[in-house]
Amino acid sequence: MKRFVPWIVLIVIAGWIGGNWMPPKVAKDDVDLVKFGKFPVLVGGRVKPLDTVARNSLLIIHGKQELRLENGRTLSALQWLTDVLFNSAIADQQPVFLIQNDEVLGLFGWEQSQRKYFSFLEFSPFLKQIEEQGDQADKLEAVQRSAYQSAILNLRNGIVLYQRLKNSIQLEGSQVFTAEVKNFEASIPGAAKAAAQAQRGENFDRAKLSAVAELIQKYEKLSELAYVLAVPPLDKVGEWHSVGDSLLHSVSTGEIHPVVLEYAQIGDAYRARDHAGFNQHVDLSANWFAEEKPTAVKRTSFEFLFNRLQPFSQSMAIYVLAFLLACASWLGWSRTLNRSAFYLLLLALAIHTFGLFSRMYLQERPPVTNLYSSAIFIGWGAVIVSLILERIFRDGIGAACAGAIGFVTLIIAHHLAGSGDTLEMLQAVLDTNIWLATHVVCITTGYSAMFLAGMLAIIYVVRGVFTRSLKKQTADSLARMTYGVVCFATLFSFVGTVLGGIWADQSWGRFWGWDPKENGAVLIVLWCAITLHARWGGFIRRRGLMMMAIFGNIVTSFSWFGVNMLGVGLHSYGFMQKAFPWLLGFMISQLTLITIASMPLENWRSFSAQDDSKDRQSPEEALAT
Amino acid sequence: MLRKIVDLFTSLKLTIICLAAAMALIFAGTLAQVHLGIHEAQQRYFQSWLVYWPAEGRGFRIPIFPGGHLIGAVLLINLIAAHAKRFHWAWRKLGIHLTHAGLIIMLAGGLFTDLFAIESHMRLQGGDTKNYSEDQRHMELAVIDTTDNDLDQVTAIPESVLKKNRTIDHWSLPFRIVVRNFYQNSRLKMLSQVEPAAHAIANQGPGAMIAVEPVARVTAQDERDVPAAAIEILPKDDGGSLGTWLVSDALGAPQTFSCAGRTWMIAMRTARYYKPYSVTLQKFTHERYAGTEIPKNFASKVTLTDPERSVNRDVLIYMNHPLRYRGETFYQAGFEQDDRATILQVVHNPSFVAPYVACVIVAAGLLVQFGIHLVGFARKRSAAAV
Repeated sequence: MKRFVPWIVLIVIAGWIGGNWMPPKVAKDDVDLVKFGKFPVLVGGRVKPLDTVARNSLLIIHGKQELRLENGRTLSALQWLTDVLFNSAIADQQPVFLIQNDEVLGLFGWEQSQRKYFSFLEFSPFLKQIEEQGDQADKLEAVQRSAYQSAILNLRNGIVLYQRLKNSIQLEGSQVFTAEVKNFEASIPGAAKAAAQAQRGENFDRAKLSAVAELIQKYEKLSELAYVLAVPPLDKVGEWHSVGDSLLHSVSTGEIHPVVLEYAQIGDAYRARDHAGFNQHVDLSANWFAEEKPTAVKRTSFEFLFNRLQPFSQSMAIYVLAFLLACASWLGWSRTLNRSAFYLLLLALAIHTFGLFSRMYLQERPPVTNLYSSAIFIGWGAVIVSLILERIFRDGIGAACAGAIGFVTLIIAHHLAGSGDTLEMLQAVLDTNIWLATHVVCITTGYSAMFLAGMLAIIYVVRGVFTRSLKKQTADSLARMTYGVVCFATLFSFVGTVLGGIWADQSWGRFWGWDPKENGAVLIVLWCAITLHARWGGFIRRRGLMMMAIFGNIVTSFSWFGVNMLGVGLHSYGFMQKAFPWLLGFMISQLTLITIASMPLENWRSFSAQDDSKDRQSPEEALAT
Repeated sequence: MLRKIVDLFTSLKLTIICLAAAMALIFAGTLAQVHLGIHEAQQRYFQSWLVYWPAEGRGFRIPIFPGGHLIGAVLLINLIAAHAKRFHWAWRKLGIHLTHAGLIIMLAGGLFTDLFAIESHMRLQGGDTKNYSEDQRHMELAVIDTTDNDLDQVTAIPESVLKKNRTIDHWSLPFRIVVRNFYQNSRLKMLSQVEPAAHAIANQGPGAMIAVEPVARVTAQDERDVPAAAIEILPKDDGGSLGTWLVSDALGAPQTFSCAGRTWMIAMRTARYYKPYSVTLQKFTHERYAGTEIPKNFASKVTLTDPERSVNRDVLIYMNHPLRYRGETFYQAGFEQDDRATILQVVHNPSFVAPYVACVIVAAGLLVQFGIHLVGFARKRSAAAV
């Protein structure tokens, strides 16, 4: 029976994930948002599905990817965006804007209460004030802003984004857009004739000209405000345009772009609650896109699927479970629990890998391009190395490390995603796949190894001090693993750091510029070198190695996040003031562990019976390990 | 005694102490960048023999920590000495030897770069041709004899000399220059616009109407100091004075005066490095991703002209693709004036190859070393399993 337990656990969890992945049923007479959500649009320099625009915008404004209404109903990001695009009167009443800062609330004369979310309608009397206050805060560097200033600036940016979204397809409040656009098309020739006559000084039809001029003014405003570039080029080389832009172009071509017309009809049908009409035009457009822009549609359909599957949240949940199983395996029933943890980890790693490679496919880039993806990759690398260790030693330690690091890095990634699109375009100097694939991958692999070594050391200390489970054999293998992983970290950190120098030499003409991020990387290399030399020289023994590996966590977290918080240098691409207390807390926790580890060995529950001499190794022995 | 010194310099303890000191220094130097800016922090912490407290302006200063050069030098000596003393060939130690040989190359290369590399900038507007680059960090006082129509004779006095506030007596000039006031960073204001208490520090040229206000040195990476000085011209043939001029980068045109029958022009300007060839900007392009302000690419199309080597060709300099020519490398560093001007960084670094070589050697060394460990470990395990 016991033999089957791991398989049963695996099947149950896989079934649960499969259940999460079932596509939601759409009622026949409801609007077909699945098809609509796959429409390709250009935002932030990248062609993406409307669904991604919806999720990222809602994340920026609301802090979440879905919207819970006051009546308890939940709207998906796409449902919300459809309202914003086509029926803003409804969207304006929905409580989307997140405000937690009491000073910002005070600005409007509101007291802090249970409510955190507010609707656009509630802000409408204060728009000018918000803009002024936001502009003032915008003048400061991110580091200098107070909590109030950051909050008001966020609110201003959120409102600007919201208003641009509302005016992406049509000017907000337009009721019969299709008729208007068709009328525009019909009156262009007459107006052109009138304009030519006017130029020649002949008699002309003033009414025809002014009717079109009025619409042109409207579309100029639309083109100015639009956030989404929804209209693809008709040929291969052209550029994407906003609806407003495209309509202005129509003045010279005399024709309305088919996509503009379809969007207009979709919008009108949506407002009229004509679901059949909505679905009919969504179908027509989807066919048009599939025919004219097949590569874009392939990508956006895949991205739509990727958004729905949420691979990182799924694997995060499995990592936690596997970590708990692995820890439990040290208390008893070890083989079974251990195997269950291992199988679950393979499942989690498979999903994690799927997510990582999907991002690479969507972005056509090596895995790490920003802070968010570094977290994903660090977790991935550490999990793979841990699982190899687990295969070799089969004692649950590798599995526990994999679960813990996989979970924590994905949590970090989740919190780094708040600023919008995590597949953003790269700044000019970063636009080189060779260096992203070598330097960045090496450095982040080095981080993975450092955290893994630190985690192994934490297991050594916690099990040694607080439990009796750290037997000689376990202690031996932990020491070997930690030492090996530190070697691995040294190699990758060193090569990665020097490759970074070479990249800098290629782009800026200096190998080393003492930029904070460079310094952070070299700190890791130095710390590894110190650890290894101290070990080889016999200055530290097993316990010293563990303490130094835990300190390595502090060095690595400083290099990964700490230097970005300084706000200086060329690498400070991800400033996050909010993360500072977390970083500090992490560092303090590691120092606490080091302090605990420095207690005399008699106080370690696992060692209280044994003496220190076993912990001592001669330098020669150490070198041979 | 000698033995003790040898022991000290070859000891592993010294290595560890140096590495630990380097970590502390880099950590402190990185945090210091927040207040000092990268350049100043680099000078004080990394490109120095000792780190002092307080930094300046208190009349006294005491060294509190070894600087980057000192730590690097001791580490280099320690590395070489330890290997010279203990070196004995064994395949088993190949990895260690390679790693450390690579590190020696890297440290030595770093020191060499610090000493001999020169970084400067070339700013070009569309159509501009220049045969010199400018040092953004250092100024010079250019004294130019413009009497001849075809040939200007330039005498350049570096900022470091001006700073010392003393008399400059150069054989090529028929006058002595006395530096009366020197401001590392300053703001110039018209006298009529400041409080009546202010007074001019010069009595000749536009400087007679200008008040100079000293300001704190800048720390941001994209800003720079505006030094100013008042200089008095004393002709060598008689004991009199021609007057005092205000010189500063912030003053537009150079100022002229005559002395010993010749016409002279003086100007404080960024220090220049002249080259035997010239560069002409044809076009600068700044691409952005559609619908965003995110830069996609910066590129400068320039013409390189070198009559000495009969070179006249067009070159495209863009991100990650510099131009390397006659020991100097031109990188696309930035732009100005709404994309109408380009800024090229010009670097002369004779030891730029060192890190490339060192990286390969050290990586190979580490791979071999850890590979040996890994193979040994695997053998042991398979032996234990049997």
